[in-house]
Amino acid sequence: MRVLFKTDYNQDIRLLKHNGFRFWYGLLLLAVLAAPAMVDTYWINELTRVLIYALAGLGLMVVTGFTGQVSLGHAAFMAIGAYLHSFCLANGVPFLLSLPLAALVSGMVGLLVAIPASRMTGLYLAIASLAFAIVVEDVIIHWESVTGGNRGMAVDPPALFGYEIFQAWEFYYIVLAVLIASILLVLNILRTPTGRAMLAVRDSEISAESLGIRVARTKILAFWISASLTGLAGGLFAHFIQFLAPEVFGIVLSIQLLLMIVVGGLGTVHGAIYGAILIGLLESSISILKDWLPPAIGTQPGLEPGLFGLILVLFIIFEPEGVYGRWLKLRTLLENFPFYRRNTFKRQRSYLRTERMR
Amino acid sequence: MSFLEISNLSLSFGGLKAVDDVSFHVDKGEVFTIVGPNGAGKSTIFNMISAFYAPSQGHIRFQGNDITAARPDAIARLGIARTFQNIELFEHSTLLQNLLIGREIHNRLPVWRQLLFDPGVRRAEIDHRRQVEDVIDFLELAHYRDERIANLPYGVRKKIELGRALCVQPDLLLLDEPASGLNPEETEDMGFWIDDIKNDLGITVLMIEHDMSLVNEVSDRVLALNNGRAIAEGDARHVQNHPDVVAAYLGTGA
Repeated sequence: MRVLFKTDYNQDIRLLKHNGFRFWYGLLLLAVLAAPAMVDTYWINELTRVLIYALAGLGLMVVTGFTGQVSLGHAAFMAIGAYLHSFCLANGVPFLLSLPLAALVSGMVGLLVAIPASRMTGLYLAIASLAFAIVVEDVIIHWESVTGGNRGMAVDPPALFGYEIFQAWEFYYIVLAVLIASILLVLNILRTPTGRAMLAVRDSEISAESLGIRVARTKILAFWISASLTGLAGGLFAHFIQFLAPEVFGIVLSIQLLLMIVVGGLGTVHGAIYGAILIGLLESSISILKDWLPPAIGTQPGLEPGLFGLILVLFIIFEPEGVYGRWLKLRTLLENFPFYRRNTFKRQRSYLRTERMR
Repeated sequence: MSFLEISNLSLSFGGLKAVDDVSFHVDKGEVFTIVGPNGAGKSTIFNMISAFYAPSQGHIRFQGNDITAARPDAIARLGIARTFQNIELFEHSTLLQNLLIGREIHNRLPVWRQLLFDPGVRRAEIDHRRQVEDVIDFLELAHYRDERIANLPYGVRKKIELGRALCVQPDLLLLDEPASGLNPEETEDMGFWIDDIKNDLGITVLMIEHDMSLVNEVSDRVLALNNGRAIAEGDARHVQNHPDVVAAYLGTGA
């Protein structure tokens, strides 16, 4: 059991709280840096996919996990990022300018969507975001001069200062750098008043308002950050799939993103990463499973979304806090053994909340 | 001009008059208590001051500003903090995080600087923590600093909610039944703290309370409500012996 003596405010503010953190995250960093040298191109691509999913999931985590606003339309932000980035590249905008532009525009759209969305809650918000995603998909299909419509759109390879990137490992490092930078930004916001305001809005809007938190503004801010990150992921995703088509960014991708953060662990940065790894594994294993299953089942068109839905439901019923929550419980058990209290993680319903006010 | 002035305040829910033409004022530096049987409209008045309900008639003025039509978050920014009857803490966060959320209105930094966490943000953050530690010391909560709220007993949560309101550094503190659910010893402590809040921190307190020993101990003035109407106002002894108050609590004896 580790006992921390706190002698300095910086100890709580610091991202790596103690040497244990430094050791394990250092090791993780070394592992992800060394990975391309260890595995072949197929696995580098799989890892890249996981990193891109993690980035998109991180984006969704900001609005759904931290601010409590369920969005069923985040694939739309990925689509906006992907198409804008590809369009800019095709028209000669350099990669290093085009990618931030994708994040910026996606963020602006997120801001516009958030203004009406900040007045909605729960189911209504989910439906509205779903509608938004369908509108975006339709726009992509019909705006053929820019998006190529149903014919699709080829994506130029990324280029840094005139050097074109074709190798899988080179692209892997670009994605890794973007992901790490984004994680740092999100961790930063979480240790500032704005991040705490997001959590406050998620847990009790009444309480948040009574403490002077501007609820609508906080939600809009969360949407903005979220849409920017997801748009960024979209831009990178465009390079990953190399050919854009509207159906890639449909409802299945939105649900996949939501599944990721729920299964990974809502409300934690770790959750987005774990979720991405799990979804990556799941996609690979479903494609393997398809070969094993009798063709009558294996070739059913709804197999993937069906399985995703099933897993989502099972997690919500049996482990609402996701993989990361399960790991936290295990770690708390080991750290405090034999003084573990089950109630530590129990959902509280023991005291009446002031819900009748609204 | 009074510090807080409530004039002719009314609120009806359909045909029910929850608050009916209530007027009173609170002076700076006093502890003003509202008493009354259940359903008398005490919490409704609080919710109108916090702007969760819009009054159907009347005005609320605070330090000269008319705040009747303000938004809830604006109320806190003007210097009014509150606690809730049924505790509205952020249960999945630690005590420290809960109190830090109370510092939100003192944040002046733009979002992009918070995203980058530059040294200025760090300095501001350390300053917030220093302020929060003062409150933790004041309420003797140091022992629970890093505990999640979900792990803490009711009495401690009650104190934390008081602490969170103090972190806002308000001029006026609204306490909605600060002693409900506390044992006699905790209630006595609550009395000492309310005294200290008034005398040492200079915060004016407007309180709803049923526990008459606490009311007698800390209140400068008391207002009794029944069925949405003010029935007596004055010092605690005067209000308790007022025939209308006795009738409201005990009935009129046929």
